[in-house]
Amino acid sequence: MRKRDYFLLFIFAAVMLSMPIWGPFIDAGYPDIMQRFAVFGLIAVGFNLLFGLTGYLSFGHAAFLGIGSYTAVWCFKLFTMDVIPAIIASTIMGGLVALILGFVALRRSGIYFSILTLAFAQMMYSLAYSVLTPLTNGETGLQLALGDARVLDRALGTNPESGLPSTSFLGFGVSNQGMTGYWICAIVAIIGFYIALRITRSSFGIMLRGIKSNQTRMSYTGLAARPYLITVFVISGMYAGLAGGLLASVDPLAGAERMYWTASGEIVLMTILGGVGTMFGPILGAGIIKWLEAKLSTFNESVVEQAMAFLPDSIEHSFAVVASKFVGEGWHLSLGVIFMLIVIFLPGGVMEGLQRLVGLFGFGKTKKQGADTSTPAE
Amino acid sequence: MSAILTVSGVNKSFGGLKALNDVNLQVEEGTIHAIIGPNGAGKSTFLNALIGRLIPDSGTASFQGQSLIGQAPQAINQMGVSRVFQTPEIFGELTLLENVMIPALAHADGAFKANWWTSLRDRKAVREVAERELHDVGLKEKMNVVADNLSRGDKRRLELAMCLSQDPKLLLLDEPTAGMSRADTNEIIEVLKTIHAKGMTKVIIEHDMHVVFSLASRISCMAQGHVIDEGNPEEIRNSPKVREAYLGDEADEH
Repeated sequence: MRKRDYFLLFIFAAVMLSMPIWGPFIDAGYPDIMQRFAVFGLIAVGFNLLFGLTGYLSFGHAAFLGIGSYTAVWCFKLFTMDVIPAIIASTIMGGLVALILGFVALRRSGIYFSILTLAFAQMMYSLAYSVLTPLTNGETGLQLALGDARVLDRALGTNPESGLPSTSFLGFGVSNQGMTGYWICAIVAIIGFYIALRITRSSFGIMLRGIKSNQTRMSYTGLAARPYLITVFVISGMYAGLAGGLLASVDPLAGAERMYWTASGEIVLMTILGGVGTMFGPILGAGIIKWLEAKLSTFNESVVEQAMAFLPDSIEHSFAVVASKFVGEGWHLSLGVIFMLIVIFLPGGVMEGLQRLVGLFGFGKTKKQGADTSTPAE
Repeated sequence: MSAILTVSGVNKSFGGLKALNDVNLQVEEGTIHAIIGPNGAGKSTFLNALIGRLIPDSGTASFQGQSLIGQAPQAINQMGVSRVFQTPEIFGELTLLENVMIPALAHADGAFKANWWTSLRDRKAVREVAERELHDVGLKEKMNVVADNLSRGDKRRLELAMCLSQDPKLLLLDEPTAGMSRADTNEIIEVLKTIHAKGMTKVIIEHDMHVVFSLASRISCMAQGHVIDEGNPEEIRNSPKVREAYLGDEADEH
């Protein structure tokens, strides 16, 4: 790690920790959305380790997310409401399931790998939705109940006398009140970012980039690609499992819809939208998508008409009718348009756009001289 | 002198075409052994059979007493066999330094090592090897350039540096100077001669007779999947069989 990498880490930590200050300026100052920024940023960072470094596109990462959530909720039900055992268990489960899937799916590459992971995720979804109802509570979703065992809590006497307990972190309430949940998510995301940065800059990371670049050369260079791929797939699955555990920690329920294939697709979208293979891109993409989801989906026709009030009445109405299709329940339409524009005009994602902006404002010359001595993919 | 590579009775057919027909070859340790022959004689196919890219129908190939047949490519490389391809196989998106560090790491760490905490920058010994080999092939100044931006000749040199960084016991070169200018060719000959001083055994496939006769101490001539003659450069130059199969063809054309 060079100084510049520590600088990247510092920027990320500063942005995450100051979110309660700058969040309100983009109308995102409340814990629920800030938690989602951190958690989905984390899963995108883990996904980017696989996709950005090796080029293997997994369409099944939501399965690990869901498995992480179920594991965490079961941990709350059976043992203790403290989040530490829950997120450790969900990370391990994410990794275990990734190991099994990786062993099978990584026999193939390219589109076949993607299809195998997609099929696996859909299988997991069906299992959670119907087949394994005793474990997952089917379409209702897995929730806490009054009669849960909570062996450790009862033994320690921390189980509440009446009502449902809330999750806690060493005694601080997490799911019942304000910011504790966000701080946990932010700290875990910063640690996750640091680990991902180390992996990217390590000799292991350069091997993964070699696999993406030329797998033929790898094998004739004496390197076995498959163990490298399985290892990074497991690491990436652990990130997703951890993210699922965090989601369950701040809101202790788990549902099958978290594993649906559109959820996997969303992780892919985040990474591509932000910039594949860059350190900040996937986090930025996750933030943009989660922000749009929170904002656009709450707009309705009257909000749109207000926004267009400056137009003459005759065209205002027709404009508003068209525009209102792109908000509310139809916010995916806006996401689709933005995604297509980015992929067509900025294949490197938002990060490429930012780099071009930096170039426009005259830092270009000094940057270019520096570019020769640095690695191309940041 | 003992044989480092012994190949006997290797056959390979593709459908009705007999690409390799009972190939027998011995490469002495520390020599440069050239394989010449007209296009389609089976020279590249023969190298493919040695590095695990294809499995021959029958026959044996042993390298320092270990069989090469049926081994995975990475296992063969880890035994100490490196190959320069006819079309350079490099890591196009990575810098030259990274390109050479990957094989150097493979040599230092083995086929798999999940060393995901140590920074690449802290692998100083490996980096020094990579920089030295880049210097030897004349690419040190460009070590931070992305490999795709290199000229074809430079890509070949880069691939040579990648193979050399592994300090192989046997280096297989498939037309290392094809498509290069005379000046570049001479430079490659010089590089190959210098590393020869280190005692590395080399098998080289080459069309350019200037390269063959300035480097090789032993030459095998292949035609139609079979080794038709073998000897020192002088014997091959005067061999009627070689003349007929290869040199003769050229003479007829002019």
